[in-house]
Amino acid sequence: MEKFGFTISKGRQIDYESNDRRIAEYIFEREPSFRLCIECGGCSATCTTGNLTQFSLRELHILIKRGENDQVRQNIRKCMLCGKCTLVCPRGVNTRNIVVLAKQAFQKSDEYAI
Amino acid sequence: MQFDPFVIPFNIGLYFILIYSVVRSVIWFRDLSRPDKLRLQRGFFGTAFVQSLKEIFLESLIHRKILKTNFKLGYMHMSLAFGWFLLILFGTIEADIFGTKHLNAPYKAIFFRFFNPEHGGMGFEAVYGFFMDLILAFILSGLFLAVSKRFYSKVVGMRKTTRLKATDKIALISLWLIFPSRLLAESFTSGAHGNGSFLTGSLGSWLATFLPAQQMAYPFWWLYSLSLGTFFILLPITRYMHIPTELFLIFMRNSGIKTGDKSGTYSEVETHSCSSCGICIDACQLNFSVGITNIQSAYLMKAIRNNDDVSDIAHNCLMCGRCDLKCPVGIELSPIRMIQRRAGEPENDFRNIYKGYFRSRQSVALEKTNGSSAYDFLPENNPKKADVLFFAGCMTHLTPTIKNSMIKILEASGVNYNFIDEQGGVCCGRPLMLAGQDKEARELINYNSRMIWKSGAHTLVTSCPICYKVFKESYYLDVEVLHHTQFIKRMIDEGSIKMNFLHKKVVYHTPCDLGRGSGVYDEPKDVLKHVSRLEKSKFEDENSLCCGGSLGNMKISNQQKSKIARDAAAELTKGNPDILATACPLCKKTFSAVTETRVADISEIVAEAMMQPSVKKYILKQVNSIKELANI
Amino acid sequence: MSKQVIVIGGGVAGLEAAGQLSKAGIEVSLIEKENKTGGHLNDWYKLFPDRRNSSEVKEYLDGITHHDGIKLLTNTTIEKFNSNKSHFSIITNEGKELTADAVVVATGFDLFKSARKEEYGYGIYDNVITSTDLEEMFRKGKIVLSNGNVPKTIGIVHCVGSRDEKVGNLYCSKLCCVTAVKQAIELREHLPESKVFCFYMDMRMGGAFYEELYREAQEKWGVNFIRGKVSEAGEAIDNKLIIKVEDTLAGRPLKMEVDLLVLMAGMEMSEGGKKISKMCGLNTGENRFFAVADHHYGSNRSNIKGVFYAGTCTAPMNITETISHARAAVSEVMDYLKNVRK
Repeated sequence: MEKFGFTISKGRQIDYESNDRRIAEYIFEREPSFRLCIECGGCSATCTTGNLTQFSLRELHILIKRGENDQVRQNIRKCMLCGKCTLVCPRGVNTRNIVVLAKQAFQKSDEYAI
Repeated sequence: MQFDPFVIPFNIGLYFILIYSVVRSVIWFRDLSRPDKLRLQRGFFGTAFVQSLKEIFLESLIHRKILKTNFKLGYMHMSLAFGWFLLILFGTIEADIFGTKHLNAPYKAIFFRFFNPEHGGMGFEAVYGFFMDLILAFILSGLFLAVSKRFYSKVVGMRKTTRLKATDKIALISLWLIFPSRLLAESFTSGAHGNGSFLTGSLGSWLATFLPAQQMAYPFWWLYSLSLGTFFILLPITRYMHIPTELFLIFMRNSGIKTGDKSGTYSEVETHSCSSCGICIDACQLNFSVGITNIQSAYLMKAIRNNDDVSDIAHNCLMCGRCDLKCPVGIELSPIRMIQRRAGEPENDFRNIYKGYFRSRQSVALEKTNGSSAYDFLPENNPKKADVLFFAGCMTHLTPTIKNSMIKILEASGVNYNFIDEQGGVCCGRPLMLAGQDKEARELINYNSRMIWKSGAHTLVTSCPICYKVFKESYYLDVEVLHHTQFIKRMIDEGSIKMNFLHKKVVYHTPCDLGRGSGVYDEPKDVLKHVSRLEKSKFEDENSLCCGGSLGNMKISNQQKSKIARDAAAELTKGNPDILATACPLCKKTFSAVTETRVADISEIVAEAMMQPSVKKYILKQVNSIKELANI
Repeated sequence: MSKQVIVIGGGVAGLEAAGQLSKAGIEVSLIEKENKTGGHLNDWYKLFPDRRNSSEVKEYLDGITHHDGIKLLTNTTIEKFNSNKSHFSIITNEGKELTADAVVVATGFDLFKSARKEEYGYGIYDNVITSTDLEEMFRKGKIVLSNGNVPKTIGIVHCVGSRDEKVGNLYCSKLCCVTAVKQAIELREHLPESKVFCFYMDMRMGGAFYEELYREAQEKWGVNFIRGKVSEAGEAIDNKLIIKVEDTLAGRPLKMEVDLLVLMAGMEMSEGGKKISKMCGLNTGENRFFAVADHHYGSNRSNIKGVFYAGTCTAPMNITETISHARAAVSEVMDYLKNVRK
C-alpha cells in the first residue's frame, strides 16, 4: 500500500520536545567542551574515517545534541580515535573524549546498546 | 624468666602475619598462568634467586633507587627498613648467644632486654649493646624524618605526599609507636638496672632520677608489644603490605614474569608492592604543571587495592611513562593503567580475543574479531611492491613539512620506497588501545598488517612515534620497523645522504612514545649532532618531559594541555636555542602553538642540511627501474 | 609654552591622532619604526567596501600631518620609557631623549603569521599566499602562479589565525570576511575566466555596506561560498593544491583542487606593542591586545594616567573605526592636558 501525505509515520522534522537527549546530557556532564562546537566541519574534513566512508563527526555531534540517536548509534563506532580532529578543532573541543563518552552512553543504556 | 603475658599481642600478630603470608603466596602461585609458574620454578633454582636476594638487599633494605633520586627520602626508607632488619637480625643473634638457651622463640629476641635485664654490663656484652643502641638510634632518626614528612612534606624534599585512609592511619601510628616505645621500655629497664649503652643507658639513668624506672618499664613493654601486634594484624589491609609483597615482586620479576595485558597475580603483587612513596606524584606533569593531584600512579594503585572505581583515574593520564622509570620499586605502572583502561570497556570478552591473538601469529591478518566489525568499510588495499614502506601516520598529514622532508630524504637515499598512506591511511590502532578499546584496535592492526605484508617490503619507516610503538609491540610483522630518525641515522652511516653542517643551536625533546615508550634515545641525537650544535637541556632521555599533546589523556581540557606544553617548552628553551627539535608530529604541533622558538622535526632539519643527492641515488634508481622492468 | 605629546606609531591611528593634536596646537613627536608612515595602508591596494585606492586615504593622512607642529621620527624605536607623575620621557634607539606631557600609543596590529598554521602549507607550497601577498599582486596588476601561469581555480580560506584556540586567538578579527569578499570580487574582475571559492565558518558582514558587497559578489561576480573550515592543504604532482574541507551544509566532505590558495590572515597584537607594553607596564588583555580602561566609555584610556590608546592596538578595527578611535583619543588627551596639574 502506498503511503501519502505528511501525517503518516514519523515526520522529517526533529521532534525536539520528545527526542531523547539523555546521551547528550551524559556527554555534557562529563565533557563540557562538547558545548563549544560551532559546526565548522574541520573535524570531518580531516577525519581519517571520513576519508574512507560516510562519516561526519560534526554531524554526529549535532545529532546527539538534537536527540537523533539512532543514526549516531549506527555510525559512532566507525571512529578510529586517531585524534586528527582534536588537533584541528578551532574551539578546543575534546572530540576524542566525546566519541568515547557517546559509545559509553549507548553501551550503558539498554535501549541503544550497540 | 621465660614468659610474660605482655608478649601475647606480639605473638598473635606475628603468627597471624606468617600464616597470612603463606596462604597468600599459595593463592598467588595458584593463580599464575602455566608459563609463569614454570618461569617461577626455573627462577627458584637458577640465578634469578641469587639476583633477587641481591636486589632485595639493595632495594628493599637499602632503598638504593630512592637514595639516588632523593637522598633524604631514601635515608628515611633505609633507616626504617634496613635498621629494623638489622635490629631483628642482631637481636636474634644476641638472644642466641647471650640468652639462657639457643634457638629461642621470636619474642625472646624482640624483648631480649626484658627477659635479660642484667645483661650488657661490660666487655663484649657492652660492645654488643652499644651496637644495638646504634641501630635503634639509626631507626629513630629515620622515624623522625617520616613524622616530619607527614606533617610537612618539604622536609624530605617532596612537593606532595600521599593521602591516607583510616586503617592506614592506625597502622601508621602503630608503626610510629613501635620504636619510641622500645626505646622507652629498654631505657626504663636499663635505668632500673643501671646498665644499657649510650642511648638506652643514658636516657634510662636520666629518667630514673625523677621517675620510678622499675614500675614505668612494664607498661612500655606492653605498648611495644601492642604496637607490633597491631601493625602486623593491620598489615594485609594497609599499604604496608608492600613490605612483604615487594620480596615476591623482586623474585617474580627476576624470574622473567611480565605484567601482561590483563590483571593477574603479577599485577596484583605489583599493586600491593607500591609503598606510596610519592615519587610518581613528583614526577607527574599533571601535578606540577596543572595541579591535578589525585590520579597519579600511587593513587591508582591505592584505588585498585581498595576495589574503588578507577575508570576516571585510569584515563586521566598522559601515559608519558615518566613515573614508570622513576618508580623505585620497579612497578610497571603504565601497563597496569592500561589493564584498568581495558577493564573499563564494556565490550564483551575481548580479553580472550587478545590472548588468543598473541598465541597464534598465523591468524593475525585474517581472523575477524568476534562480534560485528566496526570497520567493515575499510577498502581492500593492494599496495605497490617496494623494499621500504613509508607510513607517515595520521598526525604527519597535519605537518606537511615533515612529510615533504621525508619524501626528500627517501628520494635522496635512493631506496625503492612506497609512501603507503600518501592519500591518507588507516590509523595504526594505538589511539584506540590507549582508550582501552583493544578489540577495535585489533581490527585496524589486522588491516594494516595485511597491507604491509602485501607490499613485500622488508623495512617499514614511520614518522610518528605513536605508530612506531604499536608497530613494534603489537603488530606481528616480519618487517623491520624503524622510526624515521633511525632510518636517517642509517642513511648517514651508509653515506647515502650527505649533509652540510648547519650552524644552529639545537635542543632536542625526546617524544614519550619514542624515548621511554620504545627506548630510542640515541639515534635522534646522533643525527642532530651530525648537522647542528646539540645542546643539553635539564630534561634529557628518560627524564624528558611530555609535550602535553598526548593522545593518552582524554580527560584534561585543551587549556590544560596548553599549560603543560608551555611549561615544557619554557624549560626546553631556557638556553635560547635556535631550534627546538623533536621527532614527533604531535609534539611539533603542540610545541609550535606555545613557543616563539622555531620548532622542527629532525627530518626537517636534515632535509634543510642535505646536499645535492649523491651519485649513489642515481645508480640505485637505474637499478630499481631495471628491477621493475624485470618484474613486468 | 605649548604642551607636548608623543605619538607612538605612524599608521592610520597615529597619523590621525598626530594631525588632530597639532591642529589643536600641541607639539607632537611622531615615532615610526619603519622608514615611512602609513603602516598597513602601504600594503593594501584597494579598500573595502567601496574599493577605492588606499593611496587616497594616505593622501588625506599625509595632508593633515603636514604641519609644523609635528616632528616626525622615522626608523625610530623606543629603548626606554620613563614616567614621573605627569611627565614622560622616551629614549630612542638613536639615544635621543624626547619629553612629553602625554603619550598616545598607536602601535597597531601585526598580521597573523600564516606559517604557524602549518597544515595550510604557507611557506611550504608555492601557491599558498596570504591576503597581503594578493594585494601586492593586485597593485602590480599581475595575478600569476609561481610558474607564471594564470590561476583558474582559486580558494580563499577565512579565519586563518582568528577564532582558533589552537593558535591561542579566541577572538574574531572582524575584517577578514569582508576582505575575502572584496578580494574575491577583484580576482574575478582581473581573471574573468577564473572560479573563486570562499571557505568560511560564518560570514561576519557587520560593517556599513559589507552585506551589500557580499551580495554583489554572489550576484555580479558569481563567487562561490562554501561553509566549512579548511582542515589542511596538500600539493598534487602538478603543483595544484588539494584542500580538504567539509561542506557542512551539504553534510559531506569535499575535496577540491585549486591553483591558488589565499589565506585570510587575522590580526594580532603587534610585536612593537608587546615590547612597549612590557617596557611601560601597560596592561594587556587575554587576547594580548592592550587592555582598555573601559570597553564602553574609556576605550582610549590605559592603566597609566597620561598614556592613551588609538586604533588597532586595542582590538581589530577597520579604517573608519580607527580614525574615529584616534580622534576620540585626541579628545581624551586634550581633556587630560587641560586638567593635569603641573
